[in-house]
Amino acid sequence: MAEAIESGIGAPVRRKEDMRFITGEGRYTDDFSQRGQVYAAFLRSPYARARLDSVDASEALAMEGVLAVLTGQDMAADGFGDLPCGWTVKQKDGSDMVTAAHPPLAHSIVNYAGEPYGLVVASSVAVARRAAERVITEFTELDAVVNPALAMDSEDIHAGVVGNLCYDWELGDASATDAALAAAAHVTRLDLTNNRLIPNAMEPRAALGIYDPGTGEHTLYTTSQNPHLERLVLSAFVKVAPEHKLRVIAPDVGGGFGSKIFVYPEETAVIWAARKLRRPVKWTAERGESFLADAHGRDHVTHAQLGLDEQGRFVALKVQTTANLGAYLSLFGSSVPTYLYGTLLAGQYKTPNIHVEVHGVYTNTAPVDAYRGAGRPEATYVVERIVEIAARELGMDPVELRRRNMIQPADFPYQTPVALVYDTGDYEASLDKALQLIDYAGFPARRAAAAVAGKRRGIGLSCYIEACGLAPSKLAISLGAGVGLYESGEVRVNPTGSVTVFTGTHSHGQGHETTFAQVVAARLGVDIDDVELVHGDTGRVEFGLGTYGSRSLSVGGSAIVGALEKVIAKGRRIAAHMLETDVENIDFEEGQFRLRDSNRALSFGEVAFAAYVPADYPEDLEPGLSEKAFYDPENFTYPAGTHIAEVEVDVETGVVALVNLVAVDDFGILINPLIVHGQVHGGLAQGAGQALLEQAVYDEYGQLQTGSLMDYCIPRADDLPDFLVDTTVTPCTHNPLGAKGCGEAGAIGSPAAIMNALTDALGVNDISMPATSEKIWRALSG
Amino acid sequence: MEVTLTVNGSQHSLEVAENTLLVDLLREHLRLTGTHVGCDTSQCGACTVHLDGRSVKSCSVLAAQADGAEITTIEGIGSPDDLHPMQAAFRECHALQCGFCTPGMIMSAIDLVQSSDDLDRRAVREGLEGNLCRCTGYHNIVDAVLRAAPQMK
Repeated sequence: MAEAIESGIGAPVRRKEDMRFITGEGRYTDDFSQRGQVYAAFLRSPYARARLDSVDASEALAMEGVLAVLTGQDMAADGFGDLPCGWTVKQKDGSDMVTAAHPPLAHSIVNYAGEPYGLVVASSVAVARRAAERVITEFTELDAVVNPALAMDSEDIHAGVVGNLCYDWELGDASATDAALAAAAHVTRLDLTNNRLIPNAMEPRAALGIYDPGTGEHTLYTTSQNPHLERLVLSAFVKVAPEHKLRVIAPDVGGGFGSKIFVYPEETAVIWAARKLRRPVKWTAERGESFLADAHGRDHVTHAQLGLDEQGRFVALKVQTTANLGAYLSLFGSSVPTYLYGTLLAGQYKTPNIHVEVHGVYTNTAPVDAYRGAGRPEATYVVERIVEIAARELGMDPVELRRRNMIQPADFPYQTPVALVYDTGDYEASLDKALQLIDYAGFPARRAAAAVAGKRRGIGLSCYIEACGLAPSKLAISLGAGVGLYESGEVRVNPTGSVTVFTGTHSHGQGHETTFAQVVAARLGVDIDDVELVHGDTGRVEFGLGTYGSRSLSVGGSAIVGALEKVIAKGRRIAAHMLETDVENIDFEEGQFRLRDSNRALSFGEVAFAAYVPADYPEDLEPGLSEKAFYDPENFTYPAGTHIAEVEVDVETGVVALVNLVAVDDFGILINPLIVHGQVHGGLAQGAGQALLEQAVYDEYGQLQTGSLMDYCIPRADDLPDFLVDTTVTPCTHNPLGAKGCGEAGAIGSPAAIMNALTDALGVNDISMPATSEKIWRALSG
Repeated sequence: MEVTLTVNGSQHSLEVAENTLLVDLLREHLRLTGTHVGCDTSQCGACTVHLDGRSVKSCSVLAAQADGAEITTIEGIGSPDDLHPMQAAFRECHALQCGFCTPGMIMSAIDLVQSSDDLDRRAVREGLEGNLCRCTGYHNIVDAVLRAAPQMK
């Protein structure tokens, strides 16, 4: 069984999908082309806020190769609906959040620089882009609201949204928290911003729309993390086409990090144009369009207060946040700064009183939505920065202060004051391992050595928790979610015993084709190469909700496990008949259906064949060996861990070197540690980017100043250190794999660790992210 | 205008517009879609190919400039049955996730190894700073390059 061990649960199997990627045979949306294909270029607002007075396309239409110029007016006239927000947040007073209509293409007002209000379709990309420049649009520029902190005191952007306030939301007990703070022996106060980020998956968004007039079928290839949700929204809300006449295919997708969850104007317009023109229409974003019009992330302004008693125990945490939602609510934009943020403010600690208040505000900037971590990095940043500062103020070792307040293994299940019930964990185990990995005890010597060389060295921790595998559907829907949070899985055993597995999750770098195959191969006792995963195509996979919130394995994998158990149950019935016994006497292990207490057995392949060639087959059983299952989680999963950063600052130049970054995470049971570590590496890189390099900057007029990879700094190979990553394991208690999810942890824990290290090095508390050399140099220069 | 060039060992003569970029010639005219476009400012390196043996960003080279040249793309360095050591190392070290930057990264890494002596981790990081990856954090890419390097000598 050497094979089985090498590919079993916990084995670092080399990825099945890699072969096509390393040989250039991956197939991304822009790689697909159709006969007769034409190309779209979008008309985008040059203003952050303006009235759209007129669009004169005559010059563009006269150009050779231009097929059409379509506008938001045309789309509205064709009866298209608005892009919806999928989560209706309830305000403090019980009323629904106040929303503004989000037409896929603007038709009367534009509300952010880069907002699309039309498109040119032409025979080539070059012609389409040239023609777009010849479209003469008259705008009346209006004053833009850009700064979220000032939004509530600015002119209303949307009619009916008073003070640009989408919602005033709270969670926790305000009066108990205030009382505990008033009685606290010490109160630490912190003002911080969580910098606005632009996800920048390396593959720009793209769409290829195809319409078949013979069948009325619409096919949309697009860069989506969740093609079924895309189809549902385009069909039910935008009214592009009935669901059974719309097929959405998300082929190989070059990274998402959240930004490809959402349904965007461009793909909506492309499929519409394809039908109107009876030609396949393709659009691929230029990187500049990605900057302007992909959903951005983070962008919070927060004031927090942490109360402690004389022994350094946390007694209360009060948090007030203004969250920038952008010009329109993106698909899940409302839920990120509320249910994915406020609920995480207990962190790993037994803080008894927590209250959070969030003002979600509209501004004339690109919509803001989930970006890797989505609310949880923001929560971790608040908790882990204020805890660190409290330790400094009290003259306590930050490790000791954290230990004193940590939820202990005996405390689980642990009800936090902010709604969540943590099922399991061992936070000190991760902390201890991380301290050991970074040689925490040796830090003073390293700091002293750095000082001799004229450098300032600092160390900082972040003990984060996240809630992943969003769940359960019933609870989420009661809190305003517009969709369920389950996942589907199908296991189709072929007559020869090979297995085709269908999942509603989507892999855009996460390696599902390998990890899920390991799960299936281990359970069925088949070779991993005999398992094929199908995902990303509404025409092939029954239904699904896609990939976000580190849910694919814990939720999608659990659905596959459910289908596997049904397959095995049916196989046992078939085997019982063939071995002339009762089903109770059949065991299934290591790919064999065995008659208990005998040497008689049937291989998995023999049973599969009998299911499809039912010569000797139970009369009361349908032929075939193919089963489906849906899995709706009963709770979130709670990955948690400790990240520790060590930095060195050159006092002369302000240049900061991230010299060590350690992550010890508890993701529950690991299926493939190679892939898990890779996920952590990527998250750490994005966390380091947020802490040190990245920020979306709009000027006072709402013009994006960081609109290219030359102005917006994503980490390059020489910006980052080697990472030290390891794991601890407490299995998730409520899903069959014991898995918690690993996709976002790196980006959640690391920014606070890096900023704690940096402020430790500098001896100040108030450097803001990104801590660029200029900022550090200014701080050092006083 | 007509451009004649050798791509992955095969000679092609193509009629292209004068402003055609090499990457568009490869992707659109020859349907070699392994070479990707990730930005429009020559920053990301996803489009890296070899022109007469040296790595270039094919979004910054006109097809006309490649007239008479030998071009090698990701499709030309190995096959699933006969991987280039750099391809094999990327797989072995899990140096890729979404795969979008990977062809350019591999092409840059091959040139880096071929044009350097005594690479260490720092030198690999500096040598690949023209290729952006948003998935891996580069750690495993550095591992892969250092694994492949001795096998390429």
